Amino acid sequence: MSDPMRIRAQAQGDKTTVRVLVSHEMESGQRKDATGKTVPAWFIQNISATHHGKVVMNAQWGPAVSKNPFLQFSFRGGKAGDKVAVSWVDNRGDKRTDEAVIS
Amino acid sequence: MKWNLLGVAALGLLPLSAVAQKSTAEGIAEYRAMLADGNPAELFEAKGEALWKQARGPKNASLAQCDLGKGPGVVKGAFVELPRYFADTGRVQDLESRLLTCMETLQGFSAEAIAKTPFGRDEQKTLESLVAFISGESRGMKFNLPQSHPQEKLMYAVGKQVFYQRGGPYDFSCASCHGEDNKRVRLQDLPNLTKNPGAGDGFGAWPAYRVSSGDLWGMQRRLNDCYRQQRFPFPGYASDVTIALGVFMGVNGKGGVSTAPALKR
Repeated sequence: MSDPMRIRAQAQGDKTTVRVLVSHEMESGQRKDATGKTVPAWFIQNISATHHGKVVMNAQWGPAVSKNPFLQFSFRGGKAGDKVAVSWVDNRGDKRTDEAVIS
Repeated sequence: MKWNLLGVAALGLLPLSAVAQKSTAEGIAEYRAMLADGNPAELFEAKGEALWKQARGPKNASLAQCDLGKGPGVVKGAFVELPRYFADTGRVQDLESRLLTCMETLQGFSAEAIAKTPFGRDEQKTLESLVAFISGESRGMKFNLPQSHPQEKLMYAVGKQVFYQRGGPYDFSCASCHGEDNKRVRLQDLPNLTKNPGAGDGFGAWPAYRVSSGDLWGMQRRLNDCYRQQRFPFPGYASDVTIALGVFMGVNGKGGVSTAPALKR
């Protein structure tokens, strides 16, 4: 079971800045464990954000992104009180969606 | 051709000298400021808060009744007064050893087994999140370790002795690196832990999230790494020696502001 993301969203004028902390191992598949076996790759492949059902950000990620990654982006049109939802899917098929209210 | 090469070399030097004007410490501080906005320690804090309230262990109980020194269940402000003397165990305990006590008495875990578990595994992982949560609840507060009980005074004296005791293949003590101002390990500035502001800054920054390893380190793991760098065996998780060092640093840092869980390179 994955842990929740920390999402902060702030509207300024017509621009909303969203900061997301994602809790994920982001294992690259390049590392070996103590017994010499390769640690299988495990990383977020797709992350997207929606506002009022409209996708405002969509990104494809790979194994080069760090563990517990931080993501910041901004979009036009958010208002204080609106909800922003961020969801990711990793290469194991695990999914997670979290929501935040724009302040 | 020769002139051309020289020209290129001269041009190449210009940006280098501009970089050199900014000190390494400033560079590292800038790097930390860039990362501070999204300190992943926050993820551990959230996890720790959930673990604190969750019924777990053989006794299926939460830690909500754990006494961290300010009464059962009181988390706020507890971190800046640890290590301190606890009457129920008759020992001076730091945050991590106190949590072991609570996990044993309330939840039924074996404190000894957890102390022997390698860092970052099983219940040690639980401890990482718990210390992040508990220290985070005292963020911005000033260190004020009690020194009224004779045991607390004794632990300070022991900690001081250990801090200055040289040993190991390099004949190192803690004081070799942390006993004077303006010392460095490679590019990393080292705090002088014998007085403020170094003691408050240094002691008050752990637990911290280490970007390089992607782990959250408590004070015990920090000390373990200090001992490793000294090429000296670690006295053991939650051992009295490590707690004494905590008392020494914490008392020296009195009045310093706690920034834990901080962000480290």
